[in-house]
Amino acid sequence: MASEQMNGAEMVIKSLVDQGVEVIFGYPGGAVLPIYDALFQQNNIEHILVRQEGGAVHAAEGYARSTGKIGVVLVTSGPGATNAVTGLTDALMDSIPIVCLTGQVPTHLIGNDAFQEADTTGITRPCTKHNYLVKDIGDLPRIMHEAFYVAQTGRPGPVVIDLPKDILQGKSDCYIPPEEVKHRSYRPQVDAEPSKIEQAVKLIAAAKRPIFYAGGGVINAGDRGSELLTRFVRKLGAPCTNTLMGLGSYPASDPQFVGMLGMHGTYEANLAMYNCDLMINIGARFDDRVTGRLDEFSPNSTKIHVDIDPSSINKNVMVDLPIIGDAARVLEAMMTAWDEGGYQLDQKALKAWWSQIEEWRAKDCLAYTQKGKLIKPQYAIQRLYELTKDRDTYITTEVGQHQMWAAQYFKFEEPKRWMTSGGLGTMGYGLPAAMGVQRAHRDSLVIDVAGEASILMNIQELSCIAQYNLPVKVFIVNNQWMGMVRQWQELLHGARYSESYSSSLPDFVKLAESFGMVGMRCEDAADLDGMIQEMIDTPRPVVFDCAVTQDENVFPMIPSGAAHYEMLLGPEDKAQKPISEEGMVLV
Amino acid sequence: MSPKETNIEKRTIAVLVDNEPGVLARVIGLFSGRGYNIESLTVSEVDQLKNFSRITVVTSGTPQILEQIKAQLERLVPVHRISDLTNEGPAVDRELALVKVAGAGEKRVESLRIADIFRARVVDSSHDHFVFEMTGKSDKLDVFIDLMQPLGLVDVSRTGVVAISRGPKGL
Ligand SMILES: Cc1ncc(C[n+]2csc(CCOP(=O)(O)OP(=O)(O)O)c2C)c(N)n1
Ligand SMILES: [Mg+2]
Repeated sequence: MASEQMNGAEMVIKSLVDQGVEVIFGYPGGAVLPIYDALFQQNNIEHILVRQEGGAVHAAEGYARSTGKIGVVLVTSGPGATNAVTGLTDALMDSIPIVCLTGQVPTHLIGNDAFQEADTTGITRPCTKHNYLVKDIGDLPRIMHEAFYVAQTGRPGPVVIDLPKDILQGKSDCYIPPEEVKHRSYRPQVDAEPSKIEQAVKLIAAAKRPIFYAGGGVINAGDRGSELLTRFVRKLGAPCTNTLMGLGSYPASDPQFVGMLGMHGTYEANLAMYNCDLMINIGARFDDRVTGRLDEFSPNSTKIHVDIDPSSINKNVMVDLPIIGDAARVLEAMMTAWDEGGYQLDQKALKAWWSQIEEWRAKDCLAYTQKGKLIKPQYAIQRLYELTKDRDTYITTEVGQHQMWAAQYFKFEEPKRWMTSGGLGTMGYGLPAAMGVQRAHRDSLVIDVAGEASILMNIQELSCIAQYNLPVKVFIVNNQWMGMVRQWQELLHGARYSESYSSSLPDFVKLAESFGMVGMRCEDAADLDGMIQEMIDTPRPVVFDCAVTQDENVFPMIPSGAAHYEMLLGPEDKAQKPISEEGMVLV
Repeated sequence: MSPKETNIEKRTIAVLVDNEPGVLARVIGLFSGRGYNIESLTVSEVDQLKNFSRITVVTSGTPQILEQIKAQLERLVPVHRISDLTNEGPAVDRELALVKVAGAGEKRVESLRIADIFRARVVDSSHDHFVFEMTGKSDKLDVFIDLMQPLGLVDVSRTGVVAISRGPKGL
C-alpha cells in the first residue's frame, strides 16, 4: 500500500521520527533548506544549532557515546560537508554510531562544479563505515533506514547520506517504515562459535597469570557488556585493565582493576600485560598506543581476542584464539560455559600473581607532590575528580596532557561516563561533545576537561552552549603550552620548543562573560577546592580557567618504539633510557 | 627499517558485491588507503536480476597482510561474499590480451607463426599490422608479448585476471 504523498525532506524527517530520533545537531545552508523547512513544521525532533559543522559531529558523538543511541547530524553541501569530515573520521576511529545527512546540489548539476558542490561521497568514503548518494526518491526511505542499521550494528560507525536538493523537493508516495527494510548484504556476526567459547574457558582455567584487557567494544555492547565483564572478572578473581576507550567498562575503584594500560598507563597494568601467561582481550584492538614495541609485546602469553570486527583480528598482534562476536554475548556464553564446566582458576598461582601485581602497584606510579601556591595539573584534575565523584558526572576531554591526566586520575565506575577522542586524537572534540552529552542528560554534571590550546579549536560552540543554556562546565587546565607537544619536544627533540607555546591567549573569564556565562580563574592551590565547588554549584555554563605549572610531563610514559618494561616513571628516569632512532619516527 | 618482507605470496580473490555506485571506488580506495598491492583488478556485472557484480583482485603480501585484505574486503557494507581462490582449492584463472604488432617481411611472418603456436587469433589485420587476441594464464601472455617485442610490438591491452573455482561449487 502506498503511503501518503510527501516530499523528500518530509520523508527524511519521517524516517528520523520512525527511527526514534529526538534531537539532531546541524547547521543550515542552501542545499538543505527543504529539510529545515520540514523541521520548522513539526515538533517531534529538536534541532540544536551548532556554530560550525565540525561541532555538530562531535556533539552527536558525545550524545551517542553517553546514551548508546545514534547521533544524528544535518549539514549543508560543500563546505558544510567538508567541515564535518574530521568528526566523521573521529567517529570511525572510535566506533561511534553517527548518521550524517549532507545536502547536495541537485542531481542534474552534480559534476558541474556547481556552487557549493563537493564530491561528498568521494571525500567521505574512507572516513565513514558506509555512505550513500540518493539519486532517486524511490530509494530514499530504504537508504535512511539502512543507514541507521549499518551505523548501529556490528562495529558501530558513521554513515553519510548525501541528499541532492531536487530529491528533497520531489514528491512521492514511496515511504516505507523501518520494519520493511532489510539490508541485502550486511549481516554482522554477533554470536561466537560455541567451540571457541569452550576453548576459551579451557585456556582460562589453565592460566596461572591471566589478565583481562577490555576496550571500547565492551561499552559498545551496551550496559550488559560492562555488567557481564565485571561479573566474570570478579568471579575469576583475575586482574583487569582498560584501554583509554574502555574506561568505565570495569569499575575503577574495584581492587581487581589495575588501571589504564598503554603509553601513559599504569606501571602495574603494563607490567601485568608484559608478564601474563594468558591475555583475554575483549573489544580492544591492540592499538599502537597500547602495545608499544610489537616484538616485545607480552611475548610469553597466550592471547584470546574477542572482537565484533574480523579485521581487528591479527592486524597488529597475532593471537591464539580469535573469537568473532558481540562482547556482551561472548562474555555471557563464556560465563555459562565456565559455570557449567565447574572450572576454577589455580588459586595458588593466582595468589602469587596478585602478590607480584601488588608489588608493582606499590610503586604508586601516579604519585606527585603538590607543594605551595602553584597548582600542579595532576592536583587540579585529582581535586576535580574528588569533588565530583559522588555526583552524576560525565566527563569529556580535549586532547593532550590534560586528557591523559583525566584518564589517569578520574575513576570511572560505569560505562558511558567518559567521552574522549581516542583513535584520532582530535583537539576540539571535548567542548562540542560535552554539548551533546549535556543535551542528552540535562540534569547531570557535564565537564569538558580542556587544555588552553585545544579549547580554542572549537571555542565558537560556547555560543551554542549559551543559546540552549546547556550548563556545561569547561575546566581548562591552563599550562600555557601545547603541553603534550612540549613534552615530546623535551624528551625527543632536544628541548627545542618549536611553535608549542600558547601565546596571545584570551582572557577566558571575559570570554565566558561575553557569552553570558560565568567565568572563573584560579591561580592558588588554596582556592582550588572552593572554586571547583562554586563551579559545580553554578546551575549555568561555566568556563573555569585553572592556571597550572607549565613544565609538568605526563608519567608513566612508554616512549614510542619502546617495550612495556622500558616505561619511564618520572623525570629522573629519562636520562637513563634514551629513546631509540626507530622510536623517533613513530607518532 | 620495515619489517622483514620475506614470505610474500600472491593471491587471487573473488569478491561478490552489490552493483551500486561507488562500490569499485570503495574496493580500490581500501587497497590504496591501506597500502595493499593490486596486481590486477577486474570487475563486471554478473547477475543483472540480482544486481551482483564480481570483482577479481590479484594481490600480494605476507600471509598476515593477505588475511587483513580479506577481512577488510568482507567488512565493506556492499560486499556479499569473498573467496580466496588461491587458497580454497584449485581454480582456473584466465586473462585476455589484445596485442598489436606492426611490420613487414620476415618479422611479420614470424609474428604470425608464434601467434599460431600460442593459439592467438588474428582479429584485425592490414598489409602492415596484426591485432592478435589471446586468452590464457597471465604468465603465458607475458611470454607471448615478450616474443612480439622485437617483431614490431605497438600496443598491448589486457583485461586483468578473471578466475573461478574448479568443481561444481559456486561462490
Ligand atoms: C586537531 C589537532 N591538531 C594537532 C594535534 C597535535 N596535538 C596533540 S596534543 C597538542 C597540544 C594540546 O595542547 P593543550 O590543549 O593546551 O593541552 P595540554 O597538552 O597542554 O594539556 C597538539 C597540538 C591534535 N591532536 N589535534
Ligand atoms: Mg596546554
